[in-house]
Amino acid sequence: MKVECLFSGFGGQGVMFAGQLLAYAAMDAGLDVTWIPSYGPEMRGGTAHCLVVIADHPIGSPVVMHPQVAIVFNGPSFDKYEPLVAAGGLLVVNSSLVPRSSTRANLTHVRVDATQIASQLGDTHLANMVLLGAALTARPLLPLPAIERALDAHLPERHRHLLAPNKQALAAGAEVLTSP
Amino acid sequence: MMQALREPTAEMEVIYQHPAALSECRTHYCPGCTHGIAHRLLAEAIDELGIRERVILVAPVGCAVFAYEYFEVDGCEAAHGRAPAMATGIKRSCPENLVITYQGDGDLASIGAAEILHAAARGERITTIFVNNAVYGMTGGQMAPTSLLGQKTTSSPAGRMATLTGYPLHMCELLSGLQGSTYIVRRSLHDVRHIRQAKKAITTALRVQMAGLGFGMVELLSSCPTNWGLTPEQAMGWIETKLIPQYPLGDYKVTDEAKALEKAG
Amino acid sequence: MPKELLKGNIAIAEAAVRAGMQAYFGYPITPQTELLEYLSARMPELGRTFLQAESEIAAIHMVYGAACTGVRAMTSTSSPGYSLMQEGLSYIAASDLPCVVVNMMRGGPGLGNIQPSQGDYFQMTRSAGHGDYHPIVLAPASVQEAIDFTLLAFTLAEQYRHLVILAADGQVGQMMEPAELPPLLPVAEERPVWALTGARGRGKNIISSLHLRAEEEEIANQRIQARLLTICANEQRSTEYATDDAELLVIGFGTAGRIAYSAVEAARAKGLKVGLLRPQTLYPFPEDRLSRLARQMRSCLVVEMNAGQMIEDVRLAVAGRIPVRFYGRMGGMVPMPDDVLTAIEEAYALHAAVV
Ligand SMILES: Cc1ncc(C[n+]2csc(CCOP(=O)(O)OP(=O)(O)O)c2C)c(N)n1
Ligand code: SF4
Repeated sequence: MKVECLFSGFGGQGVMFAGQLLAYAAMDAGLDVTWIPSYGPEMRGGTAHCLVVIADHPIGSPVVMHPQVAIVFNGPSFDKYEPLVAAGGLLVVNSSLVPRSSTRANLTHVRVDATQIASQLGDTHLANMVLLGAALTARPLLPLPAIERALDAHLPERHRHLLAPNKQALAAGAEVLTSP
Repeated sequence: MMQALREPTAEMEVIYQHPAALSECRTHYCPGCTHGIAHRLLAEAIDELGIRERVILVAPVGCAVFAYEYFEVDGCEAAHGRAPAMATGIKRSCPENLVITYQGDGDLASIGAAEILHAAARGERITTIFVNNAVYGMTGGQMAPTSLLGQKTTSSPAGRMATLTGYPLHMCELLSGLQGSTYIVRRSLHDVRHIRQAKKAITTALRVQMAGLGFGMVELLSSCPTNWGLTPEQAMGWIETKLIPQYPLGDYKVTDEAKALEKAG
Repeated sequence: MPKELLKGNIAIAEAAVRAGMQAYFGYPITPQTELLEYLSARMPELGRTFLQAESEIAAIHMVYGAACTGVRAMTSTSSPGYSLMQEGLSYIAASDLPCVVVNMMRGGPGLGNIQPSQGDYFQMTRSAGHGDYHPIVLAPASVQEAIDFTLLAFTLAEQYRHLVILAADGQVGQMMEPAELPPLLPVAEERPVWALTGARGRGKNIISSLHLRAEEEEIANQRIQARLLTICANEQRSTEYATDDAELLVIGFGTAGRIAYSAVEAARAKGLKVGLLRPQTLYPFPEDRLSRLARQMRSCLVVEMNAGQMIEDVRLAVAGRIPVRFYGRMGGMVPMPDDVLTAIEEAYALHAAVV
């Protein structure tokens, strides 16, 4: 097993943290994992992305051209990565900010009104957890409780008070796919 | 959307326009950063003196690294801190041109301290615009030689301590003691009044070079809201209440010849 | 110790602390600044020396001074800063001082950019500054290796009294991976006998690289060369994958090596007999192992994030026995596994052509 997951959006949308959380959960599950950020001038104000590779054997390249899973938080990220998702892959789109839909037939396309759902939960910054919850329900790389445990262990001190809302957001994302 | 601007007609008087010396492109500076203001002032001064086609600009390594993109003048990129040396090479090869270095405090006062000192000591006929924002902006807010005592930065997390890293470096005070320097002044960019004074100083500094006098430098106290962790408005206040007391504004060295130019302007 | 998810820059900084580094001097430059920032808090916590120098030139000479007193000293930088350190490196090496320098390479030449690159291979392996010698150069490809090689760097530096460069790139510095840190070692109390500590109760110690008489300078050079011979005999390191029955050998170090690993895996899945050699020491280059492997191969393919630098060492080791081909990206571009796979397939197809 080896899966590459790309997270992409604006700086400040929690893109990096969503990826790190997945990486922590994978490590705690005994898997090999790499997390690599975009770094550079585009970080200031522009788009930010990170790539997480999870495997049950040693990982070679931490970068790939065609990730199997892409979670796009905004329009520019959709335009850039929708064509690049591997055939048979999963594309999770924050439909609150991306009106366009994918026309590709060879991938699973999940649209989640994530920013909207997050704002109903009280904070638009929770959209990252909504999207992660949805992605892991569409493609169960790791069970959601594993992500919740990673949240318990790794949510930065200054965001501790948001532990419960983060978990709610994860569940809300999952629900988008499980509710009829 | 902005309303389309009308082309000026014969009966309209142009009182404000985009300086010809400033490129019409978007800069990458953060909101509230005064690098943009410093650029605008320099461009206006160049236009008003009618020297755009004679200027050669040496850009630094720092947030202003793309300065050569932002001015419609010949430009080049120096290695970190070496702009005054590169400018020396240019000026000695093209004495008729007006050579300007634009440098941050890390670039000028830290890694490039030797180059600026010797350019000034030689009385090099160049003009230096020195943007002092008390941090390394581009690399993410590390301590600069100009950081204040107690100032928290990403490389002085407990605040700058004199016992460990010494005291803020005052470049105007230092360079004004050299015989080769002609025009050494410090100004600030935190409000309109001070911005106007800064513009005047930049113009005089360029005149000094045009008259073939010695080395000239205008230090501009500048904002870095991003790395100070302040809003743009708070950052202007920080210049006024924190930076200026440590770095008093004023004329540190203006030779009599330079004074005459100042008056003539 | 349990595994933690660690970023390369932080992992190296903490590994150096745990290896007993007593003094760090550095200057900010992306993509290694986090290493310096981390140590600005961590070193004072332990009562050790951290100082942000006014330039890389100053930083390396501060390290030179600290190393003269026999403490474990280190600096870190990235390509343009590494260029500035050349002078100090040459003095350090000429003075037989142990010292560790981290170079997180970035795209160049010139100011370039901050993306990962391997463009400094020549600059690191051929010499460091002026003169006639090589530093030891270690090339980690993962966060765990970055930790392990930081420890190894201090060990080798002291064992041989020689300069050791940890050669990584922006990708190793920025990547997070599960890795295990060593326990915090006690800092060495004793200073070596050659260290400058004040001539109390002993004859004076002198550390100098000045030998005005050519005869003496030649002897100093012979001493360095003798040490390098031992280093070459004992310290060649590399790792391999699927080389047993391979006919095509892919060779890459650091990040390029690990990307090549993925490509080799994919080629194996397609039934191609391809293997990987990943040099872990760039100096000494693992020429013994490569020259043995070359006997069994029909050709090899060198993958680098530069225009082809290590390929010269490969050619020397292979000594014309098999064709040496190249795939590289430059200027901070990272090769993709798919592209390396295509290069492998093309090189492999040429085997069939010559049958
Ligand atoms: C030799 C070298 N060392 C370090 C750097 C990294 N670097 C780029 S900009 C900079 C500091 C810039 O700070 P400052 O001059 O204060 O300008 P600001 O960004 O604040 O405008 C540093 C250290 C470099 N490019 N080259
Ligand atoms: S980091 Fe600071 S100096 Fe640089 S552009 Fe932003 S506000 Fe200006």
